Amino acid sequence: MSEDKKMIYLDNAATTRTDPQVVEAMLPYFTEYYGNPSSVYEFSGISKKAVTDAREILAQSIGAKTQEIYFTAGGSESDNWAIKAAAEAFGKKGKHIITSKIEHHAVLHTCEHLEKQGYEVTYLDVDEDGMVKLDELKKAIRPDTILISIMFANNEIGVIEPVKEIGRIARENGIPFHTDAVQAYGHVPINVDEYNIDMMSASAHKINGPKGIGFLYIRTGIKIRSFVHGGAQERKRRAGTENVPGIVGFGKAAEIAMASMEERSRREAELRDYLMEKVLAQVPYTRVNGHRTCRLPNNCNFSFQFIEGESLLIMLDMAGICGSSGSACTSGSLDPSHVLLAIGLPHEIAHGSLRLTLSQENTREEMDYVADQITRIVERLRNMSPLYEDFIKHGK
Amino acid sequence: MYSEKVMDHFEHPRNVGEIENASGMGTVGNAKCGDIMRIYLDIDENQIIQDVKFKTFGCGAAVATSSMATEMVKGKSVQEAMKVTNKAVMEALDGLPPVKVHCSLLAEEAIHAALWDYAQKNHIAIEGLEKPKSDISEEEEEEEY
Repeated sequence: MSEDKKMIYLDNAATTRTDPQVVEAMLPYFTEYYGNPSSVYEFSGISKKAVTDAREILAQSIGAKTQEIYFTAGGSESDNWAIKAAAEAFGKKGKHIITSKIEHHAVLHTCEHLEKQGYEVTYLDVDEDGMVKLDELKKAIRPDTILISIMFANNEIGVIEPVKEIGRIARENGIPFHTDAVQAYGHVPINVDEYNIDMMSASAHKINGPKGIGFLYIRTGIKIRSFVHGGAQERKRRAGTENVPGIVGFGKAAEIAMASMEERSRREAELRDYLMEKVLAQVPYTRVNGHRTCRLPNNCNFSFQFIEGESLLIMLDMAGICGSSGSACTSGSLDPSHVLLAIGLPHEIAHGSLRLTLSQENTREEMDYVADQITRIVERLRNMSPLYEDFIKHGK
Repeated sequence: MYSEKVMDHFEHPRNVGEIENASGMGTVGNAKCGDIMRIYLDIDENQIIQDVKFKTFGCGAAVATSSMATEMVKGKSVQEAMKVTNKAVMEALDGLPPVKVHCSLLAEEAIHAALWDYAQKNHIAIEGLEKPKSDISEEEEEEEY
């Protein structure tokens, strides 16, 4: 993109801009304090302390104990670790896992992998708003159920799941509960004790931290094994020299995110609602996907009838707007987003979806511009759509 | 992701629209897969394609291949239009990403479907033209991890 062209970044669910304060906090740990935290000399003690400090910030941010935070390379690793290790650890008790149909692929594909190893997985339905059905969860529980893994908030439609209720149900039945909180962490308040969460995945780059660093929270007493074998790092549960700059950056990003959460969420939700209402008012045959209020403050997800998402994305890109879509063409398969299908959208409407995820850096003027561009582009694409032609001529 | 030619045809698609009382019209693809292409042909008594219009529901590659395919058949005889294959359309666009190759198949199918409609209406046979499939679907590639 040329520098004179203005860019409006609305894909913060994909990744966020690393906060310059975060980068500044990280920098000394590349060239100045590059020591390996496992070494004995005083110099490496600086790195070790930095890791400890960050771990403390992260633990506090979710009401956990410091020793319950395990650093990983990111959300996908955390999800893989939690589910595979729980399956292995509790496999003697049973081989049944409960998850939902709208999980991130890091959870879904891990579950599918386990199915090939002889595990049984129940994929819970969600309602048309994207909420996991609690009565179905209760019905799905069996004596051999060894894990419930349900996401905190969905990455596509932003729905915040009834995690507190899910945690309570899991606890009442004595089943470990893992939640993929990659989209929720740092955006909505989370307390692992209040919600009865036993394992939780989080990632730094979704909260203005660096890429390639995440954590898995593992409640004391949940005995799962190491995922990466080797050295004694992370209490012998995740080998490999710590990503010190990444960990420091994650700590700083979490510190900022926690301090700014309330004000930021309010601001983002206000802008989000403004954009949503404006688009709904300006573009006919449009729907909003996902629960209107139980959703992440920065998430907008539309479906525009009669058009296809990738075309819309390319045209938005030409107008300097970065978004994403659940259309098949953006996923490299022929099927549109599994999340949009799970909430009951027909294929052709799921293909015409657009996800816009805001940040606090966005402005009302930008939202005006975005809504107008969407209106113009959708109209243009509809004018070349045979589906729209049929609808206008025959009402179908 | 796309070549300059694809982007040009996507940004400035040629021959978008409809033809009233078209000599032939064909619609292929399905909404389930996210691609529908419709081609209108205006063919004169000498079997020359005088005008062609398209409408497409689909991704950037689908729009660009529709646009390019219409350019390639315009002014051609029916027999010449039969030679506009998906490969030719793709080459004219300087290639497509592998996952988008099925879009170029759709363009060829749409032209054939419109020609078939024309042939049916006029009770003629066009050499090499077969009844179009009502649907285009490709085997989805399963990736193993």
